[in-house]
Amino acid sequence: MAVYELKQTLEAPSSTKGMIHWLKDNLFSTPINTLLTLSGVALLFYIIPPFLNWAVFDADFVGSTREQCTSGGACWVFIHAKIDMFMYGFYPAAEVWRLKTALALILVIVAIFKFFKSNKIRFSILTLYFIISYILISGGYFGLEHVPTEKWGGLMLTVVVATVGIIFSFPIGIIVAFGRQSDLPIIKSVCVTYVELIRGVPLITILFMSSIVLPLFFPEGVTFDKLLRALIGLTFFQAAYVAENIRGGLQSIPSGQYEAADAIGLSYWQKMILVILPQALKVAIPNLVGAFISLFQDTTLVLIIGLFDLLAMVRIAAADSYWLGMETEGYVFVTAIFWAFCYGMSRYSNKLEKQFNTNLK
Amino acid sequence: MKDNNVIEIKDLNKWYGDFHVLKDINLEVKKGEIIVVCGPSGSGKSTLIRCINYLEQFQEGTIVVDGIQVMDDIKKIKALREDVAMVFQHFNLFPHLTIVDNLTLSPIWVKKQPKKDAIATAMKFLDRVGIAEQADKYPNQLSGGQQQRVAIARSLCKNPSIMLFDEPTSALDPEMVSEVLDVMIELAKEGRTMICVTHEMGFAKKVADRVIFMDAGQIVEENTPEEFFGNPESDRLKTFLDQILSH
Repeated sequence: MAVYELKQTLEAPSSTKGMIHWLKDNLFSTPINTLLTLSGVALLFYIIPPFLNWAVFDADFVGSTREQCTSGGACWVFIHAKIDMFMYGFYPAAEVWRLKTALALILVIVAIFKFFKSNKIRFSILTLYFIISYILISGGYFGLEHVPTEKWGGLMLTVVVATVGIIFSFPIGIIVAFGRQSDLPIIKSVCVTYVELIRGVPLITILFMSSIVLPLFFPEGVTFDKLLRALIGLTFFQAAYVAENIRGGLQSIPSGQYEAADAIGLSYWQKMILVILPQALKVAIPNLVGAFISLFQDTTLVLIIGLFDLLAMVRIAAADSYWLGMETEGYVFVTAIFWAFCYGMSRYSNKLEKQFNTNLK
Repeated sequence: MKDNNVIEIKDLNKWYGDFHVLKDINLEVKKGEIIVVCGPSGSGKSTLIRCINYLEQFQEGTIVVDGIQVMDDIKKIKALREDVAMVFQHFNLFPHLTIVDNLTLSPIWVKKQPKKDAIATAMKFLDRVGIAEQADKYPNQLSGGQQQRVAIARSLCKNPSIMLFDEPTSALDPEMVSEVLDVMIELAKEGRTMICVTHEMGFAKKVADRVIFMDAGQIVEENTPEEFFGNPESDRLKTFLDQILSH
């Protein structure tokens, strides 16, 4: 028998730390890895300098006419000249201030949210905001000139379609996900059918259906706004995917959570909303944000039914005989905007995940 | 129902599919009685106590708790669960809520208590189980023993007259068992009716009024702790006691 003294804790050996070690470990660990690293570097070397030359060093930034693009690189003057079209579509120039006001109000809301922490108040503020911005954008009230949806376009249309799609598909998706888990056979089969039906059909088909087939069922003389029909189609399409993502989250919740909620006397809806849903949503955040990002990108499909979103605007702007052949600049610009929005959403999702992480040690 | 009985179980039969999990269970529990249920795994003891607060449905027989007989009536289930609390093997705390929010959830939403009062009650019970200082932490920040004590405090918040314990110490590391048992012993002294499914025989000897042995879905033997441990009658109980007490 023996008794041993407690040992001191020592620092890790220096050979396991530092830059060189990291490089060795991650980039040059095996011959194949080394080869991949070197070819990767070569590829970047091959792509990046020419692109930078075109986009930055040989590009023309200032001016307002095509003749000022003389350097041989990108002609960003085109974007500059057409920026209103990219942003607002065919929205009357005299009324653009209304869109700018709606945009500025978002900043105001972000600022006042710092003072109102209560969810109820925040929800009311947001609801109020959406009503105000609808009135601002669409007009027709308070002496504001009505701007029909045919004139909406560009980034503003993209944002409107994506926002409405996300906001309305979310609650519908939650209810469908609950329905799919329901013990009641009729509710369950309705929800399963809905999800499977929608997921079996491409979005384009649904947009076509909602814009061309649906009006056939309306009585003569009844017209339904084209944008509204597209929004309804898109929302119900997205809701099916949201429902599946949330269902994934629901399935990760152990049965003990349901039992504990039952045992402390919560009703079905209290149990689902207070106990199950918050945990399920937390699990579903990465997938939900993924679904919303693809919704944002899918908004470009509304072109097919004659609505002109940001991407469609490039084509129209470059079809201008004066600016003929400027598609590349336009598409690079649009790519950058799409990337910025999607990357923003992805960062926001990371932030939410951290915020809701209660598995602290 | 006899005057003193708070739980009366008559001819209870339950099947999972074709599996006959509870066979002709008859059990009467008097007010303030402490009952320990033990038996090999799969013997139906957890299922039995889960039937009492209707977490499990059964096919035959009746269970009357505090004068309430459920029979698929949702309102009655609610009334029953107001009065019967349950502590689970895996604690089942809500991981997205802080400790104090775990405790106040039911009082605020079910009993519609003002938040202030609910928090005051919660803190009182957290103090009783000795973890008031952890009130603002999340469940995963606590040790298993602490989590189970929180779960007990949570079930106490609605001031139940009957408490069910479903193997409350089985998922705990050995050094944490006693802190939970201490709390349970304190509760036993207060005159609340308790039914505990547990293999903690020391606890049974110390506080139980009756010990019940279940095997293969039925009650095999039922006795005072002295007789149960000192003078077991059936062979199955003798074998069982040999197995769990031999180390």
